[in-house]
Amino acid sequence: MSEDNNSKGLLGWIDARFPLSKMYDEHLGKYYAPKNFNFWYFFGSLALLVLVLQIVTGIFLTMHYKPDGDMAFKSVEHIMRDVDWGWLIRYLHSTGASAFFIVVYLHMFRALLYGSYQKPRELIWLFGMFIFLALMAEAFMGYLLPWGQMSYWGAQVIISLFGAVPIVGDELTLWIRGDFVVSDATLNRFFALHVVAVPIVLLMLVVMHIIALHEVGSNNPDGIDIKKTKDANGVPLDGIPFHPYYSVKDLVGVVVFLILFSVVVFFMPEMGGYFLEYANFVPANQFKTPEHIAPVWYFTPFYAILRAVPDKLLGVIAMFSAIVVLFLLPWFDRGKVRSIRYRSTSFKWLLAMLIVSFVGLGYLGALPSTGVRTLFAQIFSVGYFGFFVGLWFISKNEVTKPVPERVR
Amino acid sequence: MRKILIIVAALIAPTLGWAAGGGATFPNDKIEIDWDDKAAMQRGARTYVNYCMSCHSAEFSRYNRVGADLGIADDLVRDNLIFTTDIHGEKTKVGELMKNTMKTAYAEEAFGVAPPDLSLIARSRGVNWLYNYLRGFYVDESRTGLGVNNGVFANVGMPHVLAELQGLQIPKYRSESDGHGGEHDVIVGFEIIKPGSMSKSEYDNTIHDLVAFLDYVAEPYKQTRRNVGTGVIIFLFGFLILAYMLKKEYWKDVH
Repeated sequence: MSEDNNSKGLLGWIDARFPLSKMYDEHLGKYYAPKNFNFWYFFGSLALLVLVLQIVTGIFLTMHYKPDGDMAFKSVEHIMRDVDWGWLIRYLHSTGASAFFIVVYLHMFRALLYGSYQKPRELIWLFGMFIFLALMAEAFMGYLLPWGQMSYWGAQVIISLFGAVPIVGDELTLWIRGDFVVSDATLNRFFALHVVAVPIVLLMLVVMHIIALHEVGSNNPDGIDIKKTKDANGVPLDGIPFHPYYSVKDLVGVVVFLILFSVVVFFMPEMGGYFLEYANFVPANQFKTPEHIAPVWYFTPFYAILRAVPDKLLGVIAMFSAIVVLFLLPWFDRGKVRSIRYRSTSFKWLLAMLIVSFVGLGYLGALPSTGVRTLFAQIFSVGYFGFFVGLWFISKNEVTKPVPERVR
Repeated sequence: MRKILIIVAALIAPTLGWAAGGGATFPNDKIEIDWDDKAAMQRGARTYVNYCMSCHSAEFSRYNRVGADLGIADDLVRDNLIFTTDIHGEKTKVGELMKNTMKTAYAEEAFGVAPPDLSLIARSRGVNWLYNYLRGFYVDESRTGLGVNNGVFANVGMPHVLAELQGLQIPKYRSESDGHGGEHDVIVGFEIIKPGSMSKSEYDNTIHDLVAFLDYVAEPYKQTRRNVGTGVIIFLFGFLILAYMLKKEYWKDVH
């Protein structure tokens, strides 16, 4: 029971048995967030919104979808045509998948801008990276379910990557698929993982991410520790309670997001073939390989790194390393200053290089490879990994600007 | 900081211009589909059931859904759009899916591949592709049994079903460099050698209407989607004003 809050009645009864008021205070009413959050701080709450949206629409899709090699494609069209508002639920879910990655990529970029992964927030970053990993697994397995040509061959290609693992490679792919090719068995297990296993892991990680965040407190665009300057009551001078200040501010962000989201859902659900690939409107056919197999846009940067390396095993290693280095970011950065506002010009150049490389890789990963494109993918891959290596070198004795005591 | 941003933008910009160049297909025209033009879709539906459906089902769609969406009464649907029967010889009901009676095994023997279901063809191929493909058949005696080839889909297994409407045409070629030092012939036009029952513009209109129907049947709720979306976005803009005012009010005391 919270000490300063002698609640009576029903709330008091609950508080004596469950820390409801205490939890409310810790996470909302008396969680003091820095008052200087900017545009980049909307994406955390938006990620939570999209997560809820995906779960709710997912539940309704599950009521009508059939995880069966012969019926999956048909059942999706059944949802689109015969189920009342089925098209809306399906487009919300398919657009939500892409929106999730947009929001999460921007959320991660915010952490890079303001050093939100640095001490003492390394665990928040790690939980976040595990969320990203779980999200990729979730999206990959979800993409198989419509059982279109791209679903099928995309899964075929990605699963075959595990075949590059020495000695156990073939056994491993067989174990993942449950068959010698992607088949009904694969579809069923991916369905189970997509709707039960991974969402549970995802939710657990999100809770841990938020608990860790609320334990150390939010970073801010100045990268200043607001807990250093507190008033007589122990409230940070530059902090404001999350509720109502950030709940009303995030509400504005939510509405702006929903407007953009609705434009896609209602007016361009295929998003030019990037959110729903055109070839995926053809039912899966294991005897007919599509001319060009491209993963969905959110995987293309990593796919481009894979293709940039001529050797299959080394390519797979490079691709997974691209994710591993992200995990290790808090330890690559040896700097003491968090925010880009006070960091060196070399840091800014490195970050610029990362953006160009990542966007460039994402663009190339969606196209069939040619000699010139492979060369560019190799340059961008070096640029991508170069960020982490460069950061390790420059951050040790980085020339930074003086960081103010209080937020601006 | 600004300097870096400008350079980043300058580096990203050229990659956007790398869109793959179009292949040498002919014809290569674009069409606009008017989602409100139900009459065009009705004509397209008639062409579809008469010329396409004996081989190509539209099995994700129901007859009466087409009727309801395109403004065709059930009895008119029954008389004008349904030509199939069930195994007892009874006419297919209006509530049923638009399947046909061709067996896959027979189709594969006859055409090499089973003619695909066309419910979603407008979404996988696009309306422009369909419009060009259906106008791209030309005489090619080297193709045994078919006698035609296609300028958009080379060596396709489909016969020119609409020849009685369009007539038969032969291609006009021009020699072009292939960019690797060699030369190859590309089709630059067609010449009708045996007129059909329609003029060129009549045939083009017929194909336009057929493609409009295919576009509709690929996503029958498209019109609803757009209407609902307009309402949702108007509501959200109203909500945005309120949310913004609420935020302003609360944040007055934050300095």
